[in-house]
Amino acid sequence: MTYRFRDLLALEPLSADELTFLLDQSKLFQEIQRHPLKKLATLRGKTVALAFFENSTRTRISFGTAASRLGADSMNLQAEASSLKKGESLLDTVHTLSAMKPDCLVMRHAASGAADFVARNLDIPVINAGDGTHEHPSQGLLDALTIRDRRGSIEKLRVTILGDIQHSRVARSNIHLLGKFGCQFMLCGPAMWVPKELEKIGPPGAAIRRVSRIEEGLEGADVIIVLRVQTERMYEPTLSAEEYILMYQLNAERLRRANPEAIILHPGPMNRGVEISPEVADGAQSCVLEQVTNGIAVRMALLFLLMSGSTEEAGNPMTGAESSAQAAAAEKKESTHAAD
Amino acid sequence: MVGLRELMRIVEKSQLMSPSEIDRTIQRLAHEIVEKSGGTKHLALIGVRRRGVPLAQRIAKAMRGIDGVEVPVGTLDITLYRDDLSKVASHAVLQSSDISFGVDNMDLVLVDDVLYTGRTIRAAMNGLFDLGRPKRVSLCVLIDRGHREMPIEAQYVGRSVQTSDTEIVEVRLREIDNEERVVLVDRVQP
Repeated sequence: MTYRFRDLLALEPLSADELTFLLDQSKLFQEIQRHPLKKLATLRGKTVALAFFENSTRTRISFGTAASRLGADSMNLQAEASSLKKGESLLDTVHTLSAMKPDCLVMRHAASGAADFVARNLDIPVINAGDGTHEHPSQGLLDALTIRDRRGSIEKLRVTILGDIQHSRVARSNIHLLGKFGCQFMLCGPAMWVPKELEKIGPPGAAIRRVSRIEEGLEGADVIIVLRVQTERMYEPTLSAEEYILMYQLNAERLRRANPEAIILHPGPMNRGVEISPEVADGAQSCVLEQVTNGIAVRMALLFLLMSGSTEEAGNPMTGAESSAQAAAAEKKESTHAAD
Repeated sequence: MVGLRELMRIVEKSQLMSPSEIDRTIQRLAHEIVEKSGGTKHLALIGVRRRGVPLAQRIAKAMRGIDGVEVPVGTLDITLYRDDLSKVASHAVLQSSDISFGVDNMDLVLVDDVLYTGRTIRAAMNGLFDLGRPKRVSLCVLIDRGHREMPIEAQYVGRSVQTSDTEIVEVRLREIDNEERVVLVDRVQP
């Protein structure tokens, strides 16, 4: 099994086998985090452009660290400092960046579909680091890797997602990935954040239920994904923080309704004491710091995968089948040579 | 797009080793390693993926037969250290390395099937030094076919073979290939 695409724009089009391949590759990069010498020279001389048109600290640092541990350099473009503020179009900014000859572009943008649009206009691999409310594929992968490490498998789990699911690209990537492994979902939050359309976003046959009471939402859960209450994506005050805490905060008492082995994920940054109580955030069931460590392994795997191949053979979604056939042929050639 | 190499036909020219010859060679290599290492206290074998791995395991088994010594065996994947990644495939695929012991101050023997340009061994040494500082690293190969591009030599050699540049030495092992022999093949114009 290998990977068909030139880019990583979303998890939705990937098969369960491809997702397993990406998780297995990430697992091998986890090992490297334990080496005394973490820095490799594999991508030496290559450059990753990090274009974050929306504020981000941890994802940008995580991709930057992943690039540097593989020996690649990175160049940074940040929203506040960028010429977008001066009226340049997204495409012009991206073309300018691309004229500096990076070998891969990692981008985040407030508009859904922005990474896809840019990828269609560039001839280097593009990794979507979050586009509007659409997807955040590397987060989906690192969450799945964390769950697989703790629970042993990502098959047929009961997954509860808490909070503002409507505006969450993390929730969508989680559902697209875990849904392909037979997981069932409980989406729980205030009604305006959990609209009915969400029941249809998963892969065909994925069991997605919406519940408004948190006690019901947590019943028997194996995995609880707590989303950050994202005030910057809300345009009017709909619910006060006090009300949210009262009705939806994940605290120790509510957690008792879940499977005693349940694990808790949070994409960060946490509003400690709002969507999650400090005792739960710091408890043994919380995986938030493992998620951060795994994020680097996943991003190293992605950069390695998309940047290590030869550029003329790297496929795009249209010619994917052809390029994987070439890869298989090359692999065969390699193994039959067996010389050195 | 098919290159000239793919159009060429691969023909078998001769058999370099039979199953029993492979077996005897492994026994001899095991003896040589034990003898030259002067004690097995800090000795460990590192099989280079893929065919170095079963070879290292067989040598370790042969060493147990010599004086009951239990030598740890590790597995090293060199994908991250190759200098020709962009020539291999559209997407490179990493395999697992498994070295469960510390390499600091160890006497390591790298094991591979064929020594050719020396680039694989260069990559393997870079990989090893990311894990620590071994006291000594030596190299054991089943076949040395010449044509070196690096200043690298093997201390333990199963058999040296004169080859031309178009020839390929194929080591086939039952653990991987369901077949056990070493053959010399050549590419010829159709």
